[in-house]
Amino acid sequence: MSELSGRDVISIVDFSRSELDLIMEEAEKLKGKRTDDLKGKIMATAFFEPSTRTRLSFQTAMLRLGGSVIGFSSEEGTSIEKGESFSDTIRMLDNYSDIIVVRHRLEGAAKLAAELADAPVINAGDGSKNHPTQAMLDLFTIRETFGHIDGLNVGVLGDLRFGRAASSFILGVSKYNVKLFLISPPELKARRDVIAYLKDNNIKFSEVERLEDVISELDVIYVTRVQKERFADPAEYEKVRGSYRITARMLASARKEAIVMHPLPRVDEIDISVDSTPHAAYFRQAANGVPVRMALLKLILGG
Amino acid sequence: MIKEEEKLIVRRIKEGTVIDHISPGSSLNVLKVLGITGEEGMTVALVMNVPSRKMGKKDIVKIEGRELTQDQVDKIALISPDATINIVRDYRVVEKRKVSVPEVIRGIIRCPNPMCITNQQREAVIPTFRRISDSPLVLRCEYCGAILERKDILDQFR
Repeated sequence: MSELSGRDVISIVDFSRSELDLIMEEAEKLKGKRTDDLKGKIMATAFFEPSTRTRLSFQTAMLRLGGSVIGFSSEEGTSIEKGESFSDTIRMLDNYSDIIVVRHRLEGAAKLAAELADAPVINAGDGSKNHPTQAMLDLFTIRETFGHIDGLNVGVLGDLRFGRAASSFILGVSKYNVKLFLISPPELKARRDVIAYLKDNNIKFSEVERLEDVISELDVIYVTRVQKERFADPAEYEKVRGSYRITARMLASARKEAIVMHPLPRVDEIDISVDSTPHAAYFRQAANGVPVRMALLKLILGG
Repeated sequence: MIKEEEKLIVRRIKEGTVIDHISPGSSLNVLKVLGITGEEGMTVALVMNVPSRKMGKKDIVKIEGRELTQDQVDKIALISPDATINIVRDYRVVEKRKVSVPEVIRGIIRCPNPMCITNQQREAVIPTFRRISDSPLVLRCEYCGAILERKDILDQFR
């Protein structure tokens, strides 16, 4: 029986380094495979907020393991529209399925679901901090590229305050012995609780405002989108946007092996000129959602 | 020792609990935290802003006929960390206790994060916080991870 059997997946910080390694090793084995490991099992996807990649890769992962999928992908057309609470919806799904994958705009929704349901619950993103399976596939992509995570210089760029992928990635990668560069405009610096976590765990990190100042030191450039709506003053946004937009030309000063990652969807924060460079890792990263989620489902449900 | 002039305001109690050294002006909130509304029927005396040698001014609450448990009194530490608890039997103080913020706080305070699931009225959830530091007081929401300091807690009682 796997040590992750029956586990809820709420936040990346709940996972030890050895558990993350176990998931990544399993993902490596499952990549590109189809199995019958979860035949007869049902996964419910309860997506109260839209998603393409996360929902579809969870579904693909379950189908490739021989399991079945039920669920909804928006509140439209469900009883939530009639005013049914989140709690009641989860209680109902708990009776219909063996595992529940939840996405919700409110923070803590997945934890509440885990308390209410007997079935294991996987957080597919709640609020602006937790998206643990995204962080797992991010780590897997780094490991696949470099063969290791320890010793790398990792830059996280953009909206570190409201972006859940960025927060989860920062928390996840800090399980390894890396040097972190948090690169953001002052308005979008990492959350107070994320910084407190880094300090409490003696993680080496520095907060900088300009990618140009550190790009030549980085092995990993993790890009997230800086949204105009986050700025009180539009002039402030116009001033900083250039620093948070990656182009092939900017990467001329990056290390040869450096990779550019992005949780996607991207808008214009990575110029399409980057796509054809060897630095571009984001499509490979998105594809890794399937084996990593297969590994997780198998380790939790496989018994 | 309760001074002579205070005795003129509120008489001694025979049995029950005296909460002394409450931060001045906070005694109504202390009752709120304890869930005492007055409908319980017991005699409750409340004194505000009396002179105190130690604190300059302080509030006092006397509750006749009920001995508060440690769990109950520890909640007081959220808003009045210097409060002291005297358990009275037959007009004599038989036990003196200090208050300290409990490790887990359920249902007394709200999460300041409007996006936290605990702020949804119809959901089956009680706001729950874990104490991560005593001095200065720092709490963390068990659901969204938001950090609360004493100022954030006091703001909720304004």
